[in-house]
Amino acid sequence: MRFGRSVGVLASSLPVLLLATSCASITASGSGDDNAALVVYNAQHEELTKAVVDGFTKQTGIKVELRSGSDPELANQILAEGDNSPADVFVTENSPSMTLVARQGGFAPVDAQTLAQVPRQYSAADGSWVGWAGRSTVLAYNSSQLQTSALPASIMDLADPKWSQKIGIAAAGADFQAIVSAVLQLKGEQATAAWLKGLKANAKIYQGNGAAMKAVNAGEIQAAVIYHYYWYKDQAESGENSKNVKLLFFENKDPGAFVGVSGAGVVKASDQPAEAQQLVKYLTSEEGQTLVAGSTALEYSLSLKVATNPQLKPLSELEPPKINIAELNGPKVVELMTEAGLL
Amino acid sequence: MISLLVAAVASIPLLFIIGYTIALGPGEAIALVWRPRVGELLWNTVRLAVGCMALSAVIGTAAAWLVERSSLPGRRIWHVLLVAPLAIPAFVNSFAWISITPTASGYSGALLVVTFSYFPLVYLPVAAALRGLDPVLEETAQGLGNNRLTTFLRVVAPQLRPAVLGGVLLVGLHLLAEFGALQMLRFPTFTTAIYDQYKSSFNGAAANMIAGVLVLCCLLLLMGELRLRGSARYSRLGPGSARPAAPMSLGVATWPALLGMAGLAVLSVGVPLGSLGYWLTTGASTRFDVWSLISTASTSIGLAVLAAVVTTAATLPVAWLYTRYPGRWATVIERSTYIGSALPGIVVALALVTVAIRGVPALYQTTAMLLVAYAIMFLPRAMVSVRAGLAQAPPLLDEVSRSLGHSRLSTLRRVTLPLIAPGLGSGAALVFLAAVTELTATLLLAPIGTDTLATRFWSLSGSVAYGAAAPYAAVMVLISAPATYLLTRQSRKEQTR
Repeated sequence: MRFGRSVGVLASSLPVLLLATSCASITASGSGDDNAALVVYNAQHEELTKAVVDGFTKQTGIKVELRSGSDPELANQILAEGDNSPADVFVTENSPSMTLVARQGGFAPVDAQTLAQVPRQYSAADGSWVGWAGRSTVLAYNSSQLQTSALPASIMDLADPKWSQKIGIAAAGADFQAIVSAVLQLKGEQATAAWLKGLKANAKIYQGNGAAMKAVNAGEIQAAVIYHYYWYKDQAESGENSKNVKLLFFENKDPGAFVGVSGAGVVKASDQPAEAQQLVKYLTSEEGQTLVAGSTALEYSLSLKVATNPQLKPLSELEPPKINIAELNGPKVVELMTEAGLL
Repeated sequence: MISLLVAAVASIPLLFIIGYTIALGPGEAIALVWRPRVGELLWNTVRLAVGCMALSAVIGTAAAWLVERSSLPGRRIWHVLLVAPLAIPAFVNSFAWISITPTASGYSGALLVVTFSYFPLVYLPVAAALRGLDPVLEETAQGLGNNRLTTFLRVVAPQLRPAVLGGVLLVGLHLLAEFGALQMLRFPTFTTAIYDQYKSSFNGAAANMIAGVLVLCCLLLLMGELRLRGSARYSRLGPGSARPAAPMSLGVATWPALLGMAGLAVLSVGVPLGSLGYWLTTGASTRFDVWSLISTASTSIGLAVLAAVVTTAATLPVAWLYTRYPGRWATVIERSTYIGSALPGIVVALALVTVAIRGVPALYQTTAMLLVAYAIMFLPRAMVSVRAGLAQAPPLLDEVSRSLGHSRLSTLRRVTLPLIAPGLGSGAALVFLAAVTELTATLLLAPIGTDTLATRFWSLSGSVAYGAAAPYAAVMVLISAPATYLLTRQSRKEQTR
């Protein structure tokens, strides 16, 4: 669709014609005559989803349109739309939003064959959605300000007053909230509330993981809780925002070693369930997972048939806590964070 | 009546929030509003709004006077430079600042950046008013023994009052709704908190209650402005046409004035453009996708043009009613069109989403829906210009035309429209500028596959791909530039006529 529009625009290089085409393309995309294309509500980084979906389109000839937003935004939109939802497939960055939709019956069960393509612990036990990419929690720290001996042993230590105004979090992001949901599942409500209270006092709030890492790099803060790939991506590009930054992978099944899962599911309201199943199957297939592993997004592929991207610390060397991925409670996390004044 | 329809559509978001609050019940509503976090946000919102409104009023008025009434060299160029910040969206401006110096965050940083982004909203109407002001009034005052200062205070300032207040009101409303810039500068206000809540839990109760408090702030602002403006009339009564005022010689003050203007231009235009240039040349973090740039650009332009036409057309009947048949109801209708603009785009968008899904599902996910949201949010921009234009077009001319046998329609076409064309033009240009860079509502309401420059820029800068984001910002500025230039030209033309 976007490609087609670009070609149309290309044909008219004059600004006036450009305007005319744009109006035409807007009306075309607004009139809803796109029943041939599969609609994906995408909360993952667009570059990653697009890389895999393009592979799918090349293989099957099925056109796909991405509508991108944030995890909870799109999850709630699917729920609000109900039977009228134009979405066929929902793809998230983090699993709590998959759970949100699944609990309200928004998904059709994923094909058993598809579920078998990734280790069971990365998908919902009831088969309502499947994991297709992973991301490890890390502490990004400024290596000239923090010696390795001064690093915390657990993510829970960051609530200690000694970290006051020295750490950063992207509190409003689905990433950080997924990490909090892991803490909630492992430590319980009371301990989590106390921990969040400590973070409210200690942490500077950033717009996103990238901005937080940049602040670490600049020495505005000493450390930030982020996902691994923000650092690896920057290193792979120019390294400009991460040259003073190193990563601490928490160990010993600490809540801070949580590995988040990006989920994919077939929306119940889909008018093309067969094609939607096909896409979700492709996302988790060897071919799809190879695209995930090879993507510049640098997230973890989950299929055992595909090797982790060689730039990353191998998935098998991480020491994540045992988590019931489909039980992560997003709404409760938001409630606790609102009470703590972080939202 | 059409005005009623316009006002009704503009009131949808407000009615949605009121309905939501009632449905929630007082107990839970109070629990959600009466908490420390809301106090913190209120304090941040108020001090930012008050600070920026005051600074914009001073800077905007002073700059307008220097350009329109003094002997400042290069006034034509200064005029362009003073309007230019309108071509740079506030969130691009803050991106520019924060990527140069991380200290541009918090209160002082936010105040600085939003003021440099929004003072033209005061400058433009004040400059227009100064141009439209008949110098005979001032000459008379001076002839009656007033010096220049007392003339300014007694004659000019009262005449400027509607323009200054209108501009300041716009600045205030913009601030109450500003999201992107403040989010980027890490200065939490009601809007960013609402967005964070929405991002976390869609249209949850907490978000809607914060939105309710925000709406109250907006209503207070509107009532305050209404009280201050009073009910005096400002159109010129004398026969003939006004001639341009003779510029006042600055003398030794020329250099400080030039320096001040240069500083203002550097901070409000130079820094953002310089920073964008830096990122364009050095920060190419990913390979550059030309097709994506072209397609998002054409989408943005198309949407903005449609929004400008629809919104300006919607303003006309309301402004007409308000200036020609003033009264309590006309005022209520006119004021109600302002409400949408004080709500963050995301609140307007979600109110529309909910209403559409429940009421008119066919509208959901259409361009029309997005245009309605734009119209609700940008009505005030067009309204200020169109209303001011109508107020300066004496109703007497309509009556004369009618008495000479022209029909209402023909009078509108041959007399009123030509008179208010500058107002319509600047109103449409303002809406175009706003729509081409609109972010939050577009994120939510744009039909599937519709990507604008602003949404693409936001997602890229959010993932710190600054180099990749910069071209989108640059194109946004380039597209906004002609409309901004038209604003300056059109006001010039008026002067030389």
